[in-house]
Amino acid sequence: MAHDSSYTGQDFKVVGNRFRRPDGVDKVTGKARYGADAFAPGQLVGKILRSPHAHAKIRKIDTSKAEKLPGVKAVITAADLPDLTGKNADLRGVLENCMARERALYDGHAVAAVAAVDEQTARKALKLIQVTYQVLPHVTDVDEAMKPDAPVIHDYIFTEGVEPKPSKPSNIAKRTEMGWGNVQAGFEQADVVIERSYRTEQTHQGYIEPNACLASVNPDGTAELWVTTQGPFAYRNVCAQLLGLDMAKLKVTSSEIGGGFGGKTHVWHEPLALALSRKANRPVKMVLTRDEVFRGTGPTASTSIDVKIGATSDGRIVAARAEMRYQGGAVSGHVGHARLHDRIRLLRPAEHAVHRLGRDRQPPQGGCVSRAVRADGRIRRGEHHGSGGQGDRHGPGRLPHQELRAGGHSGALRPEVRADRPRRHAGCGEEPSAHEGPLGRNQGRGVACGFWFNIGGQTCSDLNIGQDGTVNVSVGTVDVGGARASLAMIAAEELGVPYEQVRVNVADTASLGYNDTTEGSRGTFSSGMAVIFAAREAIEVLKDRAGKMWGIDSDKVVWENGTARAVGHEHDNLPPLSLAEIARKSHTTGGPIAGHNEVVADGAGVAFASHIVDVEVDPETGLSKILRYTVVQDAGKAIHPDYVEGQFQGAAAQGIGWALNEEYVYGKDGRLQNPGFLDYRIPGVLRPAVHRHQILEIPNPSHPYGIRGVGEASIVPPLGAIGNAIANAVGVRMTHAPMSPVRLLAALDEASESAVSAG
Amino acid sequence: VQVELNGPLRSGAGGAASVDIEAANIRELLERLVERFPDMQAHLDQGIAVAINGEIFRDDWTRSIPPGAEVVLLPRIVGG
Repeated sequence: MAHDSSYTGQDFKVVGNRFRRPDGVDKVTGKARYGADAFAPGQLVGKILRSPHAHAKIRKIDTSKAEKLPGVKAVITAADLPDLTGKNADLRGVLENCMARERALYDGHAVAAVAAVDEQTARKALKLIQVTYQVLPHVTDVDEAMKPDAPVIHDYIFTEGVEPKPSKPSNIAKRTEMGWGNVQAGFEQADVVIERSYRTEQTHQGYIEPNACLASVNPDGTAELWVTTQGPFAYRNVCAQLLGLDMAKLKVTSSEIGGGFGGKTHVWHEPLALALSRKANRPVKMVLTRDEVFRGTGPTASTSIDVKIGATSDGRIVAARAEMRYQGGAVSGHVGHARLHDRIRLLRPAEHAVHRLGRDRQPPQGGCVSRAVRADGRIRRGEHHGSGGQGDRHGPGRLPHQELRAGGHSGALRPEVRADRPRRHAGCGEEPSAHEGPLGRNQGRGVACGFWFNIGGQTCSDLNIGQDGTVNVSVGTVDVGGARASLAMIAAEELGVPYEQVRVNVADTASLGYNDTTEGSRGTFSSGMAVIFAAREAIEVLKDRAGKMWGIDSDKVVWENGTARAVGHEHDNLPPLSLAEIARKSHTTGGPIAGHNEVVADGAGVAFASHIVDVEVDPETGLSKILRYTVVQDAGKAIHPDYVEGQFQGAAAQGIGWALNEEYVYGKDGRLQNPGFLDYRIPGVLRPAVHRHQILEIPNPSHPYGIRGVGEASIVPPLGAIGNAIANAVGVRMTHAPMSPVRLLAALDEASESAVSAG
Repeated sequence: VQVELNGPLRSGAGGAASVDIEAANIRELLERLVERFPDMQAHLDQGIAVAINGEIFRDDWTRSIPPGAEVVLLPRIVGG
């Protein structure tokens, strides 16, 4: 049944409240079951042997000694994972990433795996596997990888998207160009043109729960996989294809998830656990160490970016051009290229993207960098703060077809991001913003806006009403940020029952239709839509059953406040029937009462966030300390404000970590030097990164409740905002993130030396 | 409708920045685009998004295209 997904502006009774989270007690008491918390009779321990080289030919793998070790039940190499990917290059890349084939392509690349009766035996077996490598030249830097004399990693990569097609392979996988308008004409109108080059380093998603799974494959081709993942259906489909299993016979169950942030959207070791289980004919549990998580999963793309922006003297952006070079790792495959910091693993050697934008258009990508450039332009004109989207936004209704439609976004953020005005922040106490008044010595204030390309996608939901009137909702999107509570509230809102009467479960892949992965900030947006429609279908059933109980046609029944009410002068004296009363009699009126919905939830729209930060720089050490941090973001409609604020804080904390601390450090040998949280520092909960936040509610016109995804937009602004604040504090424009103490100190020294030379 | 092509999609249409296609919805648009420019099929297979009057659709090919709408084809962006 087709449903209208347009925003209706209905009044809410349940939505918008801050109910207790359904998973809270289990999580704080340690009862919640994560990836490593599943057990099966006879399970083995799986361990992976990983390459110590950044790039090496595998001349020989001798597993004979390991196989003979008592307690070892299976040893696998790439030979146990035959290439079943056909001509699907992306899938071939996934296969190659899971297990090295002819070559090891990065430090930490899996080359073999064992399953043994216990961990000690498995570790011992790994040491008995003899791999003969021939070390090959490597490259880890995107600009170095694009040089003509760089070692070519794959001889089958010929740059896509360029004319004429290259005759020689290179490390540049693809060139993508997007744009609008006459860029040259725009620059000719500009009074100020700023050009800068920026670099950002590889970062990890930094989830606390390591990747873990329990795999069990049976001789008849049926299989089960318990796994920490953001996308059980995607894992099922990919694993089934890689191992030659029928999708319907592989049941994937997602555990509670201890963070994913895009890092658990792709399979890593899971196909190896399944292959080991198939070979050993016993369940295999595999839990990665932290070292393995850093070396063998995750990282975002490092980037090298040139950006040029032109503005008129009144602050209007009239032209922008950015060339973004993304380092996507060693393996061809899944590529996302449009954001400064994407949190997915980018698997192609290099991605080359050009974005050009003509006059009067806000750049949707590379926001951090462009913000820094724009702030530069303002500082030159003496405007040191308040540069976050105030002067250069379109007015509402202007060029309506030339913007990404965001449902009234245009101009709506403008009054909310004024850093120089005291504001009262909802949910943060009735106190004025601290971002006012003069700043102290070595202190600076920065503002930045960020953009995220939210998605909707394929979604499916079941809603079942028990005979006691309680409600079970099954969804296929993993709860990464509180979706179960939000979706229960949505079901309660529609049905007119208390929140506590609804229980939401994340279904396994055998129990529900396909759902896209929980990524792109889509969970509550898309499953929320499916739950609304499923509930409305259930209400139609409830009305029909009430009609049967009364002996009247269902078109004489309306649903109001959780009850069926008969209408019309012949029936309006009948007492209303509650949901529980109808459910109790369901066995006599047609059986179970349920609602179901499948939807392609398009219309997610885009997300914007604006951040304000005050920073103090220690010029002796280069350490930047955050004094105050405020997040302002549009949620469309905050279903459960606590969770929305949690999303704001988490995303901002990630961006702050990437701005100030986090980076992969490679040695000259191409090996990762800091694969652990001691040397890879992320913001922790003991010192909250975000001090204030404000939820804006500008309804999404393409969702019945006006919902927008909120999970990721706030990752983007911290780099620009903090960069602006540092520049404001000490007069140094940082062009290389993270803006770590070492890097900032060097920039301060360089600026000091330049000043001395000039003087 | 006039369909603007972004970036590498132009190579599928002989380098054209925009093409005129008669279509009432996204499915018709893409089918007729491939009929006219068979090389576009490879781009569609890689993933595509369609912006209609600034609103981006990735999956729902049933969406109608109003007369006079601004239609832009984009390479599909993934990740998150």
